[in-house]
Amino acid sequence: MQAEQTTILQGTLDMLILKSLVAGEMHGLGVSRRIEQLTGGTFSVKPGSLFPALHRMEEEGWISAFWGDSENNRRAKYYRLTKAGRKQLEVETRRWGRISWAIAQALEA
Amino acid sequence: MPLLVEVRSFLRNLFSSRRVDGDLDREIHSHLEMLIDENIRAGMPPKEAQRAARIELGGSEQVKEQVREARIGNWLHSVLSDCRYGIRQLRKNPGFAAAAVVTLAVAIGANAVVFSALNALILRPLNVPQAQSLYATERTSDMWSYESYPNYLDLRDRNRSFDGLAAYTISQAGLDTGENPSRAWVVEVSGNYFDVLGIQPYLGRFFHGSDEHGPNSAPYIVLTYAYWHSHFQDDRGVVGRTVQLNKHPFTVVGVAPPEFHGTLLIFSPDLFVPIVDQEQVDGENLLNDRRDRWVMSAMGHLKAGVTPAQAIADLNSIGSYLKKSYPKDEDQMTFSLARPSLVSDITGRPVRAFLAGLMLLAGLILLAACANLGSLFAARAADRSRGVALRLALGASRLRILRQLFTEAMLISLIGGAAGLWGSVVLLHWLSAWRPFPQFPMNVPVNPDANVYGVALLLALASGFLSGAVPVRQVLRTDPYEIVKSGSISRVGRRVTVRDLLLAVQIAICAVLVTSSMVAVRGLARSLHSHFGFEPRNAMLVDTALNMAGYGVDRVPTMQRRMIDAMETIPGVTSVGLVSIPPLHMGWNSSKVFTDETTDLRPSNAAAEAIMYNISPEYFHAAGTALLAGRDFTWHDDKNAPRIAVVNWEFASRIFGSTTDTMGRYYKMPNGTRIQVVGIVEDGKYTANLTEDPQPAMFLPILQSPSNETYLVVRSNRDPQQIAAAMRSKLRDLDAGLPSFIQTWNEEMNGALFASRMATASLGILGVMGAMLSITGIFGMAAYSVTKRLKELGIRMALGAQRKEVLQAALGRAFKLLALGSAAGLLLGIVATRVLAFIVYQATPRDPLVLTGVVVAMGLLGLLATWIPAQRALSIDPAMLLREE
Repeated sequence: MQAEQTTILQGTLDMLILKSLVAGEMHGLGVSRRIEQLTGGTFSVKPGSLFPALHRMEEEGWISAFWGDSENNRRAKYYRLTKAGRKQLEVETRRWGRISWAIAQALEA
Repeated sequence: MPLLVEVRSFLRNLFSSRRVDGDLDREIHSHLEMLIDENIRAGMPPKEAQRAARIELGGSEQVKEQVREARIGNWLHSVLSDCRYGIRQLRKNPGFAAAAVVTLAVAIGANAVVFSALNALILRPLNVPQAQSLYATERTSDMWSYESYPNYLDLRDRNRSFDGLAAYTISQAGLDTGENPSRAWVVEVSGNYFDVLGIQPYLGRFFHGSDEHGPNSAPYIVLTYAYWHSHFQDDRGVVGRTVQLNKHPFTVVGVAPPEFHGTLLIFSPDLFVPIVDQEQVDGENLLNDRRDRWVMSAMGHLKAGVTPAQAIADLNSIGSYLKKSYPKDEDQMTFSLARPSLVSDITGRPVRAFLAGLMLLAGLILLAACANLGSLFAARAADRSRGVALRLALGASRLRILRQLFTEAMLISLIGGAAGLWGSVVLLHWLSAWRPFPQFPMNVPVNPDANVYGVALLLALASGFLSGAVPVRQVLRTDPYEIVKSGSISRVGRRVTVRDLLLAVQIAICAVLVTSSMVAVRGLARSLHSHFGFEPRNAMLVDTALNMAGYGVDRVPTMQRRMIDAMETIPGVTSVGLVSIPPLHMGWNSSKVFTDETTDLRPSNAAAEAIMYNISPEYFHAAGTALLAGRDFTWHDDKNAPRIAVVNWEFASRIFGSTTDTMGRYYKMPNGTRIQVVGIVEDGKYTANLTEDPQPAMFLPILQSPSNETYLVVRSNRDPQQIAAAMRSKLRDLDAGLPSFIQTWNEEMNGALFASRMATASLGILGVMGAMLSITGIFGMAAYSVTKRLKELGIRMALGAQRKEVLQAALGRAFKLLALGSAAGLLLGIVATRVLAFIVYQATPRDPLVLTGVVVAMGLLGLLATWIPAQRALSIDPAMLLREE
């Protein structure tokens, strides 16, 4: 499984994080595992990319953060989608749709 | 809304960074714990679980640093923390910080001062509306702007290129406002002067072209603001008041605005009068003489759409018209255009060349300072290589470390720049208020403006960048593992490093400066002791100016005779003479002369242009000019006697072709008068320029060629102060209303020597600065190389190396660089001083004393700079050193 993992495409990390948070609030590790799950294990996000992205997105107002207790009763920082975040997800989804369609066209031609 | 969130985050990151960082710490920590939990749940033993979790996290410090870098306002935050760190580093090493700041302060200060002068005298346009289209006419033959008044009128009325052409000349007059009569500096201006320049009066009105109705028809005075302020105490009632100018009634009609003091940058006159009153101001009428070029300059704005080339063609066609109409007076006349602010190109060009050269030298100084600082930084970076390696190993990016080094360099250069600017502003204010000549209202308006501040800031930033850039390669190449493993790098490169090159360049620059300042100093010293064709020592000069006291042409000769007689009665006075304008004064008279055989006296047939002096008998004695052959004048050589002259050697050889059988021969003046030569005197320096070539000069008896503006030359063997007091009281006895001015001839000579003195002083200062920088540079390098090689040197000594060998090993390289740099600098300096020869009399680099001087000076600098490091190298105790390891 390790061998099949791919680094995340430039510019899609934000979208995947937003998408994984649609299911509800989550801490960093949760987001990471959720992305692996959503992509069928194709993508794994290293903490060195995940945390800078989470903090940047929080500063942009797409997600908000709060401290809570984890399933194992550990203090963990949770992230939750904001209204602006939902809107951003729509924007990114549309954009990604266009890109993947265009690339598919290009490869078929 | 998102914007608000961003601003909030920005402020939070900036002001509660500790809380934000703590938060991040805990988040990463909890992430790690959860990873471990996950692994344990998957069945790993605890140790294994921890290891796997750590590997997956990949270095918590790196992750944190990456998050910090992603944050809003990260750049500001890190710049601030870099600054804090930088200040801490500098505090730890106050010696280094002080040396660096002082170095830069001196270099940037010097640049600011030189740039201010450049800015004030060349870059900044004249303070009149539309200065960029204002041009003065200038003759291409001699690059002076002087014109005769009739020629000016023709230029004014016949040109089609200027929106009006104004003229002015500078003169002195006695002004009597009801109290003491005093001398005032007068600008005689054409009636259209203020209208052409577009100046509006501060008070009252200006006079106009319509006020001119022939000679002495417009008795109006416009005061400059400064004179009104100092002599009339801002009295607004001055407008309409009648004052006496040379005993003629004039009405004050207005006051010029504060920022306007004529069109000459370095001259501040007292008042303006219409040029048609020239006879009343100067005492004799010159308005109708087409040959006498006494109008200093004609200038005006080019019409819209007229290019300078078109205007020159236009002026040249007037020139050929004048030549055709007045063949007796005018030769081929061609024109060019010049900026009016520095008189004309003959004076403007050397000033421009010199300032540009000075700017270049100052720039070199700054470059040397940057090189100096850069190598200091590089040395420090090498000393701190362990620290750098440690930070690299702990996850700091190379970029971050470089930025830290740059921040430090910038900090130093900004502090240095601020200090340098402060110093230069103080100096510049002092310079601006400085009046180098007591009797001449000259000042150098070099007050700094926004341009100067901007340039200083730019220079500070640039030098910070330059000196910070030196150690970049070093940091980029740092290999943390090697350094942490092996301690300090003790590898001594044999190849030429950037630092060596910098030092050599810097020494070369210093050698250029030392060479040129030595050449200048030598030239000045020689010009002070050279022979001028007169002896200024032990002679006093009295500017009598009888015209200012209202003496008409008829009363002048008697009064002059009485003054001479009065001076001769003073005890200690050995001889007294009278001269129209003393040699080497600002301003001189000259005339074309013709051989006796010439019948067609058109200017192109002239044998020479000779400087002309009207003198009394005994003048040669009083001035100390040697009479080589023939006789001096007597009081019998008057209007009724045949016209005679004494000429100088150059005149004799140029007009008569020989100097042996000149006595008794004749030559002609432009008006056809035949003059017989009765004596020959030695050559001298005549125009206000010590660098002039030998010029023909003729001396005419004052009774045959009267002059009402004369100087008394009084030679005595007493103390100048005493004699001056006696002279003053004698003159007062003769006429209490005489505004005379007494000084020693040496003081008077300051004017002629001013340019070379200024040049020498500025070069001297730059030379000392360059030397200082070199010393610190060589010292830095030598000290560094000794420190780096202490161990090696210790081993050499333990193995029995002699002192000489140790020194050679430790400092050989510094000396090699010194020799190389000095040689290159000396060569460059010799080339550079060619320019200097135009300003400083007898400045030549091909002078054995200068050459040896430079070599000795550079050698001394090297010794001085390497003294301490050498002592340190020699005092190494090998046993101690080796035990330390």
